[in-house]
Amino acid sequence: MNKIFIIIKREYLSRVKKRSFLILTFLTPVLIAGIYAFMIWMMLKDDTESRTIAVINESQLVEPVQSKDFTTFKYLNDTSFEDAKAQMEEKDYYAILLIPKNILESKTAELFSYKQVTMEVKSEAGSQLRDHIEQLKRSKIIAQANMPDLEEKLAATRTPISMKTIKFGEGGEVKQSSTEIAMAIGFISSFIIYMFIFLYGVQVMRGVIEEKSNRIVEVIISSVKPFQLMMGKIVGVAMVGLTQFIMWVILTGIIITIGTAVVLPGVDMDSLQQAKTLSELPQGAASLNADQLKMAQDLLGTFDFGYVAGILGAFVFFFLGGYLLYSALFAAVGSAVDNETETQQFMLPITIPLILAMYIGFAVAKNPEGSLAFWGSIIPLTSPIVMLVRIPYGVPVWELLLSMVTLIGTFLFVTWIAAKIYRTGILMYGKKVSYKEIWKWLRYHN
Amino acid sequence: MAFFEAKDIIKQYAGHKALNKVSISVPKGSIFGLLGPNGAGKTTLIRIINQITGPDSGVVLFNGNPLVPNDITRIGYLPEERGLYKKMKVGEQAVYLAQLKGMNQKEATKKLKVWFDKFDILQWWDKKVEELSKGMQQKIQFIVTILHEPELLIFDEPFSGFDPINANLLKKEILELRDKGATIIFSTHNMGSVEEICDHIALINKSEKILDGPVDQIKKKYRTNTYELTYTGEFDKLEQVLNPDFEIVEQQKGIEHNTLTVKLNNGSTSNELLAQLLPYLNIVSFSEIIPSMNDIFIRVVNENKKI
Repeated sequence: MNKIFIIIKREYLSRVKKRSFLILTFLTPVLIAGIYAFMIWMMLKDDTESRTIAVINESQLVEPVQSKDFTTFKYLNDTSFEDAKAQMEEKDYYAILLIPKNILESKTAELFSYKQVTMEVKSEAGSQLRDHIEQLKRSKIIAQANMPDLEEKLAATRTPISMKTIKFGEGGEVKQSSTEIAMAIGFISSFIIYMFIFLYGVQVMRGVIEEKSNRIVEVIISSVKPFQLMMGKIVGVAMVGLTQFIMWVILTGIIITIGTAVVLPGVDMDSLQQAKTLSELPQGAASLNADQLKMAQDLLGTFDFGYVAGILGAFVFFFLGGYLLYSALFAAVGSAVDNETETQQFMLPITIPLILAMYIGFAVAKNPEGSLAFWGSIIPLTSPIVMLVRIPYGVPVWELLLSMVTLIGTFLFVTWIAAKIYRTGILMYGKKVSYKEIWKWLRYHN
Repeated sequence: MAFFEAKDIIKQYAGHKALNKVSISVPKGSIFGLLGPNGAGKTTLIRIINQITGPDSGVVLFNGNPLVPNDITRIGYLPEERGLYKKMKVGEQAVYLAQLKGMNQKEATKKLKVWFDKFDILQWWDKKVEELSKGMQQKIQFIVTILHEPELLIFDEPFSGFDPINANLLKKEILELRDKGATIIFSTHNMGSVEEICDHIALINKSEKILDGPVDQIKKKYRTNTYELTYTGEFDKLEQVLNPDFEIVEQQKGIEHNTLTVKLNNGSTSNELLAQLLPYLNIVSFSEIIPSMNDIFIRVVNENKKI
């Protein structure tokens, strides 16, 4: 029908042209990029506060901790602990590190301070001490053993293991997978769906209430069927949502690309330096770095085209399916009330499954194969959100199809019900509507 | 002959009958008044005509053929509950509503400009509706209703919300549309406007049609044989002069003239009345009291209540 397109066009344009839409569309990517930039800055900046830590070394160890980056270890010889404590304020010591005489036996050192010491200072001092003592003991053993090249041989025994996760595909072929990225993709996409259902479902409801309170609805439905008006609104608003989403993705991409292109040359030096200092770190830290590198490679390996296209396709399907299902309900609610304050009693049955779906999603992320995951991703009120959490982990095709068919079927049924409520509701003015009343409307045959 | 016909329409809502076997027949080129108290079922009937809702049983004939969805392009409807999108621009909105009636954008814009000019609101074309006065909004609604030149026009309480000047303008336009050949259904409980412009009426009360026909015939049918005369001269004791067939309804003393209202019973004529009175009075004027539609409305509704 030509007329439904006229309605979709109006619903779409009247929203897209609104100042609030433009502001939200252009400001959000700036905000996202801003947060992103802030996080990078925080990460690169790390901890740049200079701290001086007084060291009272009662042991035989020779300067077991070394100043590094912004942390300075100052050895106080011939100063008693009490004196050091008294000088703390005057000399601006951040903390006092007390290395006891019997550290080789007690394996304990103490760090005194007025404020809670930061993780970094604590681990820095701890790991340096540990490495120093380890090295000391090892050297002793090597010297005693009197074996040539023992040091190199021992170093060669160090074998960091990286755990690759590999998943069997449908045809039995192997796919590299990453649990972390699957989880992230699942969460982000299901959260986007959740947010959009809420944001735009409520927009549909508001639109219906607006038409009702403006008293324009009867003028319009003398020209088109109420169903056309309802669907036109739902589809029009869906397109507004998609437009906004696509704009966000594109704009955020552009801003981040430009941002990194402009800022990165400066940043690169810093991070290079950091990498250098990292490699200078003793083995533990270095292997951690290698692990991270490995994971990044895994992530890249996960990004094969079919996988991404599959997720994207599922995202679009469940995004639209979930939105259509819920917005039909939102439209029905809007039609039954005279103003927004009355919507609350009818909103509850809509918001509860939505919020529940999000919680099920959290649980399913931990166990994407359980029965909660299965039912949550089949029942259409929760499936758009729960299924999206599961999909990155891989879902049997038959389950996916069952979920999709159920969603489409329910959408059609709910729309039919909603249309019945809608067409009676929009012409009801000044009447407090109850569930009982709505039940009656369902049995009218117009 | 009948341009629009509804036959034996029954419409039932849960536990409540909105229309019970209501039939109306609207002649081509006439203005048909659909009357009745609030809640009688007028709006339900109108919504059935507009296919907003369907009847449980009964037929609706449009120019002799059963109503089909496409007929909405031949009908113009101004609902009682009417409004516009407040945030939308006037011209844009009018074009939108015209497009929904099946007009294309270019044609609608052209015609709208003509009408806007005629109603002196052209300068508001690019303004938002919320900036307009209520009267202006009503004008726009009227224009949108008639823009696609429908053969059947339905106005539900058209004068509510109009100031007297605009109401007059509207009345003039409605009559002009009739003269150009449109058939008009006019729903109201305001009887004054009915007498002025309606040719036919149907009276609906409590879901049933209780009276219909041409306005002049109904008036004739409901006349009460009551006459009013103004006079000078003898005032008291007129009852003793008149014979029992002449019932004095009311007698009033005025500054210059007295008035007397007499009902003629048992087939007595006005000439007989005059003959009896002439010797005693000096008659200034003499006329029959014709019941207003308002009186008929109240009377019929009350009679119906008793049954």
